[in-house]
Amino acid sequence: MADVTEPPRESFRLSQLLYDSRYRSLTIQVVAAMLIMALLVELVDNTVTNLAALGKDIGFGFLWTTAGYDINQQLIPFSSQDTHARAAVVGILNTLLVAFLGCILATVIGVLAGVLRLSKNWLIARIMTVYVEAMRNTPLLIWILIVFAVMTEATPQPREFREGGSASMILWDSVAISNRGVYIPRPVWAEGSGLVVAVFLLSIVGIFALRWYARRRQEATGQQLPVLWISLGLFFVPALLAYFVMGRPVSLEYPELGGFNFTGGVQIRNSFIALWLALSLYTSAFIAEIVRAGILAVSKGQTEASFALGLQPNRTMQLIILPQALRVIIPPLISQYLNLTKNSSLAIAVGYMDVRSTLGGITINQTGRELEGMLLLGIFYLITSLIISALMNLYNSSVKLKER
Amino acid sequence: MSDTHAHSVAFARDTMLPPAPPPPGETGAIRWIRENLFSSWSNGLLTIVSIYLIWSILSAILPWTLQGIWDAGSLGECRAIRDERGLSTAACWAVINERWLQILFGFYPTDNQLLASWFYSDELAAAGGLEAVFGPGSNSTARIEFIAAMKADIGNLVVFFFGYWRPLMALALLVVAVAPILYSSLPRKLLWFSLAYPFVAVFLLWGGTIWGPVSVAVGLVAAILVGRVVAAASGALLGMLAGIVAVLAIFLNPLPFADIGLFPLLPHVTGVLNAAMPIGLEAIPSDDFGGFMLAIIIGTSGIVLSLPLGIVLALGRQSSMPLIKWICVTFIEVIRGVPLIVWLFTASLLLNYFLPPGTNFDLLLRVIIMVTLFASAYLAEVVRGGLAALPKGQYEAADSLGLDYWKAMRLIVLPQALKISIPGIVNTFIGLFKDTTLVVFIGLRDPLGLTNAIRATAEWNGIYWELYIFVGLLFFVFCFFMSRYSMYLERKLQTDRR
Repeated sequence: MADVTEPPRESFRLSQLLYDSRYRSLTIQVVAAMLIMALLVELVDNTVTNLAALGKDIGFGFLWTTAGYDINQQLIPFSSQDTHARAAVVGILNTLLVAFLGCILATVIGVLAGVLRLSKNWLIARIMTVYVEAMRNTPLLIWILIVFAVMTEATPQPREFREGGSASMILWDSVAISNRGVYIPRPVWAEGSGLVVAVFLLSIVGIFALRWYARRRQEATGQQLPVLWISLGLFFVPALLAYFVMGRPVSLEYPELGGFNFTGGVQIRNSFIALWLALSLYTSAFIAEIVRAGILAVSKGQTEASFALGLQPNRTMQLIILPQALRVIIPPLISQYLNLTKNSSLAIAVGYMDVRSTLGGITINQTGRELEGMLLLGIFYLITSLIISALMNLYNSSVKLKER
Repeated sequence: MSDTHAHSVAFARDTMLPPAPPPPGETGAIRWIRENLFSSWSNGLLTIVSIYLIWSILSAILPWTLQGIWDAGSLGECRAIRDERGLSTAACWAVINERWLQILFGFYPTDNQLLASWFYSDELAAAGGLEAVFGPGSNSTARIEFIAAMKADIGNLVVFFFGYWRPLMALALLVVAVAPILYSSLPRKLLWFSLAYPFVAVFLLWGGTIWGPVSVAVGLVAAILVGRVVAAASGALLGMLAGIVAVLAIFLNPLPFADIGLFPLLPHVTGVLNAAMPIGLEAIPSDDFGGFMLAIIIGTSGIVLSLPLGIVLALGRQSSMPLIKWICVTFIEVIRGVPLIVWLFTASLLLNYFLPPGTNFDLLLRVIIMVTLFASAYLAEVVRGGLAALPKGQYEAADSLGLDYWKAMRLIVLPQALKISIPGIVNTFIGLFKDTTLVVFIGLRDPLGLTNAIRATAEWNGIYWELYIFVGLLFFVFCFFMSRYSMYLERKLQTDRR
């Protein structure tokens, strides 16, 4: 019986660092680490030298000094006497506001356009194709400028809303679209309106509880509840009852023409509308394509199988097609939301005061802290992106096909 | 049996009747309309609503477009002509007619000497000849007036074709250089021209001495040759190293803007060659670049440079070496997490802080670098998707054939992965091309910036739609071509027949 030969014991040679695949990756990583370190040292050294030559230092103390400029759209109170940090927060809130509303509107238009593009109606499908291609193949900046030009150039001046003027308010004299902005009614919360809101919120909780109960009941007994009608009733009846019982505490303050401009109501600036609409329209074209791809990705056999089981068309859509299509749709959809959020930095084109124009614009100009300002701005966007993509990963892993 | 049957039946048809035509409602246009537009009540309603929609949009836009006024000197004149003709609405296309050269080329200078000597020779002689008008001692006001009069006389079309022959030729050659890459039926030898094209384009667009781009090209070829020779003698890794060393030795100070090199070899060689044989074009600084030309320059360079970088980043992200993977992930996520505008501002405001003291280089070059890095991070993610979609068996097959990492990637993995990711890659390119409009915010004169400049003049104050439509159409044509090409490529490369 032959002895099992021992593999020859090699002594380590230096050339193995290059030619032996066991060690080569180590060599490459060490070299890469050294290069990266050298690059970082060089960058930091250059920055320090350059800053010293300009007589600057690095510090974030400027955030707590007086900003000295006004912001024309504020979600939290802000005056020019407040600090740069507060100005940055106002800007961040403005960015998040336009991004949030943009995501909602883009989803609504996008889903509609995507579904209609698959319509059997030839004309509708063509119209949606033209819409999607026109939006996707032209820069967003042009759309923002066009919508802004429409809002400022093609809308009437406030004085034309006077008696005998050429313009009039729409929606029963409650909304005025003028070249200074869109004026909508402002809700006035009198005493007791808190209760109405509380009742309304409770009834929404109630709707969710009802749906949960209805599903449990159906799974246990097979009987279905008329969920839709009960939900609608829950949505309206308690809140309306509370509203009248409390003596109609919530009222609307309508915008009225006074002097050269509107008073009362809420002014929505044209810069906001332009940015919001353009971002939504542009992103909706991409969402339409995502939705279309998602629906097409569910194979026809799934529908047929569902019909074979005796499910009705709307149940088929709800229980078979949508859950599968959503798995394809949601990840790119969220990355479109991310794009929309980042694209909201194009606010610069219309003078909307987002975080880039407060923290990354006026604050930098006034304090001369480019490095710190851009760093904070970058970190804000980075954190937003990372949070959104973390949510996406969470969703992905929850709907992933469970295989093997 | 058959006999009796034949006898008992009075008549039996022995030929086939020709098929009757389908009923009138089942053919042609009527059937198509019924099936595609009015298949159900709801569909019919939708059709009527959309016809109304189309009609209301077209009735607003078409008269405005078609009745447009092409000949006018200012917006005021346009309005006067409109009222004179009794039109309620009319576009003022005159602004495009007058300013299209500016939207296309920005303030890129025309070749006035060529125009003058070819198309304006009599007037040139009257003004005292080439030397008197364009020579060093010429009076600049007189020269500006002469050039303005000349351009007005010979017309925009001639100025377009001959005054801007440099960017036009660069564009034409770009088409030639790109064609063999896009269409594999063209002769493969054209690819050599594609390789040489960047140097030709730089020479044509920026001008200066021809020896600059030539010596850079020769230096690159030399470095590659050194690398090849060393690689053949002592292995791929040492060859790569030798190539890098050769590049450093030749190029450490490649361009005149940064005087930091150890061996400022190239400027000297260029200087000597230029003194011996001065061949060149008028040098044009990047500040004069503008218009749609700028979008094409930034877009094309970004596309060409970001693809290889993106592939390398994607491979790095898949790497089994933790450090390399970590570096690539950080780079990709940081770049993708921050909007392009912020990066462009970084390039214009902050880059000087990070560079060695005293260096300062071209804003256009900085923008191209930033756009390239930005697009490469997005491309990396797209390519990573392609790499992940490839079955693991392909990687294992490449390994079992004994291919090393780069060969396996080059021959087996990447061709398939890139094929899968074509739509994503082209989408990224389209996005990059559209994003070139953002450079307006850091002071480059892109087409949208020029629309502002045109609106700022007294003649065209208050004109919006015509300019936006023109610029939008320019971008649309290019982006639409790219998206159609990607569909063609997908169909062509589809090897699984489903």
